[in-house]
Amino acid sequence: MSGVRAPRWTPWLYLAPALVVLAGLLVYPIYQLGLISFLEYTQAQVSGGEPATFQGFGNYTELLRDRQFWDVLLATVLFAAACVLGTLLVGCSLAVLLTRVRAVPRLMLMLAALGAWATPAITGSTVWVFLFDPDFGPVNRVLGLGDFSWTYERFSAFALVFFEVVWCSFPLVMVTTYAGIRAIPAEVLEAASLDGAGSWRIWRSVMAPMLRPILIVVTIQSIIWDFKVFTQIYVMTDGGGIAGQNLVLNVYAYQKAFASSQYGLGSAIGIVMLLILLGVTLLYLRLLRRGGEEL
Amino acid sequence: MTTLVAVVKQAFRKPWRLAAETSAVLIALLVAFPLYWMVLSAFKPAGEVRGDHPVPWTLSPSLDSFRRVFEQEDFGRYFLNSVVVAVSVVIVSALIAFLAATAVTRFRFRLRTTLLILFLAAQMVPIEALTIPMFFLMRDVGALNTLTSLILPHIAFSLPFAIWMLRGFVKAVPESLEEQAFIDGAGRARFLWQILFPLVFPGLVATSVFSFISTWNDFLFAKSFIISAPENSTLPMALLVFLDNETPDWGGVMAASTVMTIPVLVFFVAVHRRLVSGLGGAVKD
Repeated sequence: MSGVRAPRWTPWLYLAPALVVLAGLLVYPIYQLGLISFLEYTQAQVSGGEPATFQGFGNYTELLRDRQFWDVLLATVLFAAACVLGTLLVGCSLAVLLTRVRAVPRLMLMLAALGAWATPAITGSTVWVFLFDPDFGPVNRVLGLGDFSWTYERFSAFALVFFEVVWCSFPLVMVTTYAGIRAIPAEVLEAASLDGAGSWRIWRSVMAPMLRPILIVVTIQSIIWDFKVFTQIYVMTDGGGIAGQNLVLNVYAYQKAFASSQYGLGSAIGIVMLLILLGVTLLYLRLLRRGGEEL
Repeated sequence: MTTLVAVVKQAFRKPWRLAAETSAVLIALLVAFPLYWMVLSAFKPAGEVRGDHPVPWTLSPSLDSFRRVFEQEDFGRYFLNSVVVAVSVVIVSALIAFLAATAVTRFRFRLRTTLLILFLAAQMVPIEALTIPMFFLMRDVGALNTLTSLILPHIAFSLPFAIWMLRGFVKAVPESLEEQAFIDGAGRARFLWQILFPLVFPGLVATSVFSFISTWNDFLFAKSFIISAPENSTLPMALLVFLDNETPDWGGVMAASTVMTIPVLVFFVAVHRRLVSGLGGAVKD
């Protein structure tokens, strides 16, 4: 570092704008979220008609007793797990496939993936809903499903959102994993295949261990993204599905707060999400540390 | 001997490669299909969009859907608002992130690692959950119903990832360059803006894609913070208006979606090479 000439406060000067913005617009709202989660906070308090009263863990106990909350929590975890697995499976398989083909098919697949990656979540959602539309969509015609409504049943509605999520998130996994595979010396792969290892064996015993750091990053990224999916659920199932059957935590918190004006309860759900994601983050940091990465 | 093995192997591999290439092409078509269908439906005349037997082509492309979109609901105005919000967020957060990334990569100081971990952790925050306190914050500073209420939160939310990703690009600038600049008598500010900034600029552009997309995409804040000033609404809201009816105007939805997707697509394709190397860097570090 050529820090010889730099006064000690120079880095802090550079950091100041970022820290001010993050303190005011990220840390403070998180603090507020925590605060509101301990209050009785409904429409009356928002309009100033009644003072906000401290409730202690009132909102939290209400949540824990609420059967729908547990149902939504379970659905969120299962849905996120399915999306993460689907994304990783598709992304990694296609990354391996990319190493087996010549330039033209590779470019085609890359470009298509880039298009899916770049598509905004909201337009991706509208297009997928339209593709699976019971009246005018091509999917039901091709599959011969008649006027089967994908959004009517809980499972099929989640499946539809799952397809969209995997479609728009596998490209990141594919591109980074492919870049990682390309960085593995060719001799290593050559040696493995000369020793008679098949594709699956090469992946498991040679590629996967060497790609471990990259795979950890994309896995954690996927867990975080898929756990807080909002736009797709909101747009594709019209705010959480029929009778809230497709709610996930994020949408549930939003609906509690803004649709039924229970801001205190909504904030408590937000805090629960925050804590779960904090757990994931700590796990991530431990994995990074164990891998001997330097920040 | 080795050549013989290679030849045999080659012959053996050919059908496999053919199968691999065929599936690669088929998968590419499958992945591209939703986007193709979106653009196609936007150009189909209304009768074909609502037809019982959708076909993957059209013999009479029409601009009717686009016309409907642009005539209804001040779509042009919404488009402009979206551009203003996204561009403001991109520029401001890029500048702030550049300074911060320089601080954490080119200096050693106490709390540096702690800060980095905090930047990482900040990326995990579910921003949708913060809509509630953010709403009250915007109300208290009197920003509700203005574009500022969309710009401010998105600057904050895109910073942590931008800083994290920019580190790789700043690190890649050799330190000898910095020493050389000082020997030549350049001050710290001069080095920062006239030497480091232009060198990091391509990375800055690549990083900006993510702030651009998340801002361009956002409908939650637009829906929650722009309540009584429809003239300050953004594109996603217009899109949802088309969708919200009992019988959605699919042609209109697809045309609006196309209009919304194209700027992002162009931006993305333009910077994708740097994006990949940048992600590689972010991943490696």
